[in-house]
Amino acid sequence: MTSLTLVRRIAARPSIVFDALTTADGIMCWWGPDAGPVLVAETDPRVGGRYRVRFRMLDGTEHESAGEYLEVDRPRSLVLSWRWLKGGGDPGESRLEFRLRPIPEGTELTLTHARLATDDAARGHQQGWAGALDKLERHFLLVSEGAHQ
Amino acid sequence: MAKYEGGRLDRTFAALVDPTRRAILARLASQGSASTSELANPFAIKLPAVMKHLDVLGEAGLITRRKKGRTVMVSLSLEPMREALEWLRHYERFWSGRLDRLAAYAERREAEAQKEHP
Repeated sequence: MTSLTLVRRIAARPSIVFDALTTADGIMCWWGPDAGPVLVAETDPRVGGRYRVRFRMLDGTEHESAGEYLEVDRPRSLVLSWRWLKGGGDPGESRLEFRLRPIPEGTELTLTHARLATDDAARGHQQGWAGALDKLERHFLLVSEGAHQ
Repeated sequence: MAKYEGGRLDRTFAALVDPTRRAILARLASQGSASTSELANPFAIKLPAVMKHLDVLGEAGLITRRKKGRTVMVSLSLEPMREALEWLRHYERFWSGRLDRLAAYAERREAEAQKEHP
């Protein structure tokens, strides 16, 4: 499955980083994409529990996303489903994974945001095709960049 | 926030799930265009099965087909893949700023925790 992966090194122990991801107090402090406020942060970090976050951006628009906790293993990993309820523009469901690894200076956090196809068959194939698709994407990127030159 | 055609993206990703279809796309990406029988050649499946794969790719907008005499020429269409890549770029920007703020918040909490329990 096509996915985006970002890695951050954070000077804080894994349990603190994990709580920042799962507590309403934590989410209030970092979730918004600009200096606009987080209006609602509801969490229930156990498998099958739901979360919902709503924020307002500086331009006045409000956005809300929600989903379910699929895997909760404090302070090592957190997996949740993600769906925009309002203002996100992307109606598909996707999957968010946070992996936390202790390092001498604190925590290495790996975030993976993967798109889910709605097709059930696609779910069964997710594992097998990630590498191939990534290669294909790089190829397409090269082809399309080449076309502009 | 950017607008995305969810249904179309789903069709793109669903079309890409199948290894035969990915192989067809990879072949088209390397040689530009090919006839349907050329595309069927390397696979241990019959031409009608290949045609079905081409239908799925066509519906996802990943290929275009054009009649040239008795043969049908297939070529790549890059727009849906660009859209899929745009989805990735959008979320990269989206998460990048957030993770900076998450790190700043967690580091403040860490400093507080160390003050309380040195």
